[in-house]
Amino acid sequence: MGSAPTSPIREPLVQGQKTYHQITEDLCSPTERAPGKAWTLAFIIALMAATWGIISIIITIWVGIGTWRLNRTIGWGWDITNFVWWIGIGHAGTLISAILLLFRQKWRTGVNRAAEAMTIFAVICAALFPAIHVGRIWVVFFFFPYPNTRGPIWPNFNSPLLWDVFAISTYFTVSLLFWYTGLVPDFATVRDRAKGFRKKMYTFLSFGWTGSAKHWQRHESLSLVLAGLATPLVLSVHTIVSFDFATSVIPGWHTTIFPPYFVAGAIFSGFAMVQTLMVITRKVLNLQNYITIGHIESMNKVILVTGTIVGVAYLTELFIAWYSGYVYEQFAFFNRALGPYWWAYFGMMTCNVLSPQLFWSKKIRRNVTMTFFMSIFVNIGMWFERFVIIATTLARDYLPSSWSFYVPSIVEIGIFVGTIGIFFVFFLIFVRVAPVVAIAEIKHILKSSGDQYVNANGQTTLQQIEQGGTTIQAAGHGHGNAHH
Amino acid sequence: MKHGEKNILFGLYDDEEILKTAIVQANADHLNIMDVLTPFPVHGLDPLLGLAESRLHIGGFVFGLIGTLTAFLGMTWIFTRDWPQIYGGKPYWPILSFVPISFELTVLFASIGMVVTFYIINGQGPGIKNPIIHPRITDDKFCIAFDTDELGDSQVEKLRNFFKQTGASLVETKTI
Repeated sequence: MGSAPTSPIREPLVQGQKTYHQITEDLCSPTERAPGKAWTLAFIIALMAATWGIISIIITIWVGIGTWRLNRTIGWGWDITNFVWWIGIGHAGTLISAILLLFRQKWRTGVNRAAEAMTIFAVICAALFPAIHVGRIWVVFFFFPYPNTRGPIWPNFNSPLLWDVFAISTYFTVSLLFWYTGLVPDFATVRDRAKGFRKKMYTFLSFGWTGSAKHWQRHESLSLVLAGLATPLVLSVHTIVSFDFATSVIPGWHTTIFPPYFVAGAIFSGFAMVQTLMVITRKVLNLQNYITIGHIESMNKVILVTGTIVGVAYLTELFIAWYSGYVYEQFAFFNRALGPYWWAYFGMMTCNVLSPQLFWSKKIRRNVTMTFFMSIFVNIGMWFERFVIIATTLARDYLPSSWSFYVPSIVEIGIFVGTIGIFFVFFLIFVRVAPVVAIAEIKHILKSSGDQYVNANGQTTLQQIEQGGTTIQAAGHGHGNAHH
Repeated sequence: MKHGEKNILFGLYDDEEILKTAIVQANADHLNIMDVLTPFPVHGLDPLLGLAESRLHIGGFVFGLIGTLTAFLGMTWIFTRDWPQIYGGKPYWPILSFVPISFELTVLFASIGMVVTFYIINGQGPGIKNPIIHPRITDDKFCIAFDTDELGDSQVEKLRNFFKQTGASLVETKTI
């Protein structure tokens, strides 16, 4: 490990000359001290929002979908907009924890834990919408194929809506397993420092983890395979979400560009949400040495790339609509840009396409305040994107006599605000209970990426290159996060 | 000493490089290491300890295959035998429509199967308590443990000398 090759141009990922013990102290302490004022205030606000949401959901279930302002023309409004928005946000967690693990991106260790937690909470919020939008939630188990007394009647396996049920439930389960498996060794670390009730709690949560070499070997093997499984999974999830639209016959939805465009958009919005959360968390929990400006810059680069892909997709859609010579398709896009919801379209274009271009500037990429505001912009823009695709498209259908307009009711707004509240309630509990940064993984990269080692390692690497470069391959053997 | 318990002698090291040197020394001295415990996965330990590569991924493949077959054969049976139905003029057996769900169940079965297997073979799970040799092992210490039940005093002394020579920062006995 001491000879792990790290390029001298790499920025250190762990700053402040940390030792293993200091890492434990720094990352465990947020779970060990009483919550601060900022946390308590945030928790109360989140809880209030969540309560409003739960009341709105109860009203929806009790009274019916009539409490929403959907109509015969516009059958999907804020519900599916919010569903796609939340599920998209979840994607960044899996990207960071799985895809970046396969690509051996060590900077993922600083943010993967929190991002995965975000994934799980976002998927919970997302799954709420399809469940309540069916209207009669008490028969929602009809979704699942099981031998039943209704014939048996089975669901339609040709339907992308059913594929979505499988995709979302698999995604949630696998993300939860992946996240928790990574948490177990860190819970053991907290357990071995705790006393009294906390000791009991963490003993339960840590599953009896001891840190045996064989267990670590299996743990790494498991993490690698789960990452390998989660990578196509996360791509499939948003692909299937896009099929909900793409396999329909609605102009503006029925396009083959949807899967890659949705996946890029999902990663884009997910990273924005990670930034929103991490910029605040690192400040409040004092984790600037672990979630460095370098981490923030890396994520901003991902935002720039995916934002640009999304921008290209928007323009491609417009171009293809024109080029197709198909009037219905042309009208759908004309309607999006200049129809009754033109403001949503321009909100989307500004927030998603123009604003991320600022990240070409290194100065802006490394500016925490700018990053925070940009992340909010992107979150808003990506919400608008889904609203544009869903409500705007539906508002103008084939017959002008059935054209309609849709504004959400207070119940729909309540549910959306409620999911944000639920999300933050979960997230705030998570930062109190679990180490926000993966302790074992940070220790694992310390000797290759800690600031006291990077220069020394870089010097060694340079010397080795000068000596003829043959040692590099030998040195390349012993490191990399998932080396099996 | 209760049934199932054993006496161990363990030493803690401050750094994984010292630990690795110590294991090399232990192998040279033909000492029978019971277990090595570390706060994070230390690469390069497996060959030193003679640990064979984990076969967990093979299990993952088998579970995944079960998932694929469950989904594909299940949907096939439902759509061709149990309740054949025509959806929009599509054939009774629309293989392409089965791809997404077959894929999802492959991933689902492989993941759940592997994770459950992982905890079972590790002897871990919700509420399970395994003996903790030293609280700092999950923090910053690297531990080598020897089982001393069958060993005579002279052999235990030899182990203590080994720890002293290899630079262990703490050497203790414990009944676990």
